[in-house]
Amino acid sequence: MSKEYETVIGLEVHVELATKTKIFCACSTAFGSAPNTHTCPVCTGMPGSLPVLNKKVVEYAMAVGLATNCQINQYSKFDRKNYFYPDNPQNYQISQLYLPICHDGGVEIETESGGKKTIGIHEIHMEEDAGKLVHDDWEGVSLVDYNRSGVPLIEIVSEPDMRSAEEVIAYLEKLRMTIQYLGASDCKMQEGSMRADVNLSVREKGAKEFGTRTEMKNIGSFKAIAHAIEAETARQIDLIESGEKVVQETRRWNDDQGYSYAMRSKEDAQDYRYFPEPDLVPIVVSDEWLQQIRDNQPELHDEKLARYIAEFGLPEYDAQILTSEKKLADLFEATSAICNKPKKVSNWLMGETMRLLKDREMDAEDLRFSPEHLAKIIELTEAGTINNSVAKEVFEKVFDEDIDPECYVEEHGLKSDNDEDALRATIEQIVKDNPQSVEDYHNGKEKAIGFLVGQTMKATKGKANPGIVNKILKELL
Amino acid sequence: MNLLSLTAVELGKKIKAHEVTVEEATRAALDAIRAKEKDINSFVTVDEESAMIRAKEVQKMIDDGTLTGPLAGVPVAIKDNMCTKGMLTTCSSKILYNFIPTYTAEAVINLEKAGAVILGKTNMDEFAMGSTTETSAYGETKNPWNTAHVPGGSSGGSCAAVAAEECYYALGSDTGGSIRQPSSFCGVTGIKPTYGTVSRYGLIAYGSSLDQIGPIAKDVTDCATILETITSYDKKDSTSVKREETDFTSALVDDVKGMKIGIPRDYLGEGLDPEVKEAILAAAKTLEEKGAIVEEFDLSLVEYAIPAYYVIAAAEASSNLARFDGVKYGYRTKEYEGLHNMYKKSRSEGFGPEVKRRIMLGSFVLSSGYYDAYYLKALRTKALIKQAFDKAFAKYDVILGPAAPTTAPKLGESLSDPLKMYLGDVYTVSVNLAGLPGISVPCGVDSKGLPIGLQLIGDCFKEKNIIRAAYSFEQTRTYQHSPAAEA
Repeated sequence: MSKEYETVIGLEVHVELATKTKIFCACSTAFGSAPNTHTCPVCTGMPGSLPVLNKKVVEYAMAVGLATNCQINQYSKFDRKNYFYPDNPQNYQISQLYLPICHDGGVEIETESGGKKTIGIHEIHMEEDAGKLVHDDWEGVSLVDYNRSGVPLIEIVSEPDMRSAEEVIAYLEKLRMTIQYLGASDCKMQEGSMRADVNLSVREKGAKEFGTRTEMKNIGSFKAIAHAIEAETARQIDLIESGEKVVQETRRWNDDQGYSYAMRSKEDAQDYRYFPEPDLVPIVVSDEWLQQIRDNQPELHDEKLARYIAEFGLPEYDAQILTSEKKLADLFEATSAICNKPKKVSNWLMGETMRLLKDREMDAEDLRFSPEHLAKIIELTEAGTINNSVAKEVFEKVFDEDIDPECYVEEHGLKSDNDEDALRATIEQIVKDNPQSVEDYHNGKEKAIGFLVGQTMKATKGKANPGIVNKILKELL
Repeated sequence: MNLLSLTAVELGKKIKAHEVTVEEATRAALDAIRAKEKDINSFVTVDEESAMIRAKEVQKMIDDGTLTGPLAGVPVAIKDNMCTKGMLTTCSSKILYNFIPTYTAEAVINLEKAGAVILGKTNMDEFAMGSTTETSAYGETKNPWNTAHVPGGSSGGSCAAVAAEECYYALGSDTGGSIRQPSSFCGVTGIKPTYGTVSRYGLIAYGSSLDQIGPIAKDVTDCATILETITSYDKKDSTSVKREETDFTSALVDDVKGMKIGIPRDYLGEGLDPEVKEAILAAAKTLEEKGAIVEEFDLSLVEYAIPAYYVIAAAEASSNLARFDGVKYGYRTKEYEGLHNMYKKSRSEGFGPEVKRRIMLGSFVLSSGYYDAYYLKALRTKALIKQAFDKAFAKYDVILGPAAPTTAPKLGESLSDPLKMYLGDVYTVSVNLAGLPGISVPCGVDSKGLPIGLQLIGDCFKEKNIIRAAYSFEQTRTYQHSPAAEA
């Protein structure tokens, strides 16, 4: 590569909002139900049906707008985007083009070098999701499931402010965290509740004009986004270096194969014939309503991080991890409120919880155990009722099945043996049976004591309190 | 006694008094339909069986005191663009030849709650696009006054059914005159209410920002009574208005003393048939003699109403009719290769020429590069027309004029020259653009024996003014007002 290039990236992020019902009808938004069970005349585009706006959608959109420092349009309108596709039952999508609900905002991200950078947000608009096509290759037909049709979305359109895959991921993570904190969406990429379209161009470093951009649609994970950006950057640079031109087009990224292919060029670009949606009246946000949304904004990440350090005395690293996912922070606060041992709670979440999440390939969003049960484990351990290894075993059960630790310990006879006299007798026997280890110990092999502790734990079926075992052993030796 | 010559309210009274049963009234209408349909073709669907079952149920509810309203037990015909659960709803289009809705339009539900018996669905111009009911895929409807003539449109089936005494009253819809113009041609009375008065939920949209459902009947009393029944604030329709004073029947008063009536000079100029003009001015004179203050004035912008209307209505229609694609319901072409070919063939074969013309026009005015020049300009014109009416209503209670420039043309005369047909909407479309209420009442017949309609326009939410003026005028009516009465 003879010249130095710069990648310019802008994102369109679609987020499914966490409303119980759809944007224009009363059907449920629940994910994963049998096809076409959450449908009605409105979300299947039956003749004569009319949309009625779900107020909660406007509130979530405004909350996200405020949290991302946007201006709110207090007079906003819906428009129709016309295109034919079977997943779109009316053959138009109700969206916002001319007067979106939020505009001109931005979020701060941390760059690789540790600096801060603001990524501008051009606008946030509300729209309806489409249904889902299911292709049956065997029968040679396609079926449509309209359960998702009419699920509310916001589309967050960034400015072309990002320069690397890292910045894109940092921006997406920031958005996801913010939206999760607001409770506006669970932002699960694998379930499609957060989707990103990447607009990317390259230019020579220092150039003022943007290069020709391509758009990659609906990439399914952060990892795939990073891959796609790297591959598309390389592809465009190759084209320029070899004297060819980048064509403005929409491309589809295939993450398995590691390359993207052209879907349609600008020449084939559809004319969406947007016009104001005549079936809906303009959305007028009163000052009072806007203030109410402002007043109800929850504590967001940056405030929470500062508070964890100040209030709970957590190290910044720990506080950072706990606040990186709303679900973790919620668990941390709820559990600490019960047992009043924030440091211990933090240890459990940072340690065992993280380990099991990784092991089970789960997201923090999927955590289902109750704070009461984690608090109970901490109490039992603190009281010496169970030892640490038993605690870990019980926690795994809590993590997977949210069992009641107290009952579990009782039922499985896992209580620590705190009867020193009985324990001393057991240990005396073990010392007697293992003269070699005793000799090793006396010869300075500190490790030998570990073997004896192990034997004791085995004899007591793991119920012995390791602190007490160590103490007795040292006395006897 | 010929039951069918009774008005809806008269029949309702007789049913209440147990002089007539609901079944008798229903049977009489079904018999009339059987006898006359081969000549008139007002209906796309007649459901005799459910009508008779329903008649029995309604009679029971009247007998046990559940139903007490003025329309209880009175059979009705519904324009075929309003959804009726379990009953074929075609919009007179091939593309909906087999469409049976899963729900009923709100306006029809309101009638059912009041004890209506639905006889069937009336013919119309395909998707309400047309002024003659000749664009129907199920054959044209003929004017009962002279079957060589059209009934007008698009609610031609509803108006002809009332005029031919095949039903006691009907519902129509009006996007650019589709209730008032055929009412005028058929010598019946029809009201297009203020936009937002009657719920559009279940009305298959043509031009969403202009469409309104309204009553078509033999007289003003019936229309006021029906309008009072179908008016409701409906949360399912975001453009529905929570109205006060919807007791329209309280305006059935024979008194226009001091009422200020303006006649736009722009409505009396070129293109207006001299016989129609004479009848309209005579009606104005009658009202003046009854104490109204009548004067001519310049409304302005009248020549811009038609282009603005056809741009806006076609734009909305091009999008509203996109859902008819052969995927989910209705007509799908027999043989096709792939999705786009299926769309193309289903729509090409399913829609008639007038609908295609408007879809193309609408798609064009919304396309990039033309949006500002056509669609936005039309919206601005619409706003200016509203202002012109606002100015007029600062001075007048009612605006008076013709409903159409001529009486009913002969069958086959209009479709060959669509532009001429569009120009026939000159007195009606501006009322829709401004969202105003309008009524058409018969005011005479021309030398060919075809009816002439008088249009009275009110300010937004002032239906009572036009109802009072129309009712007062109606009291002076001396000529025969039904083609069937002659027979």
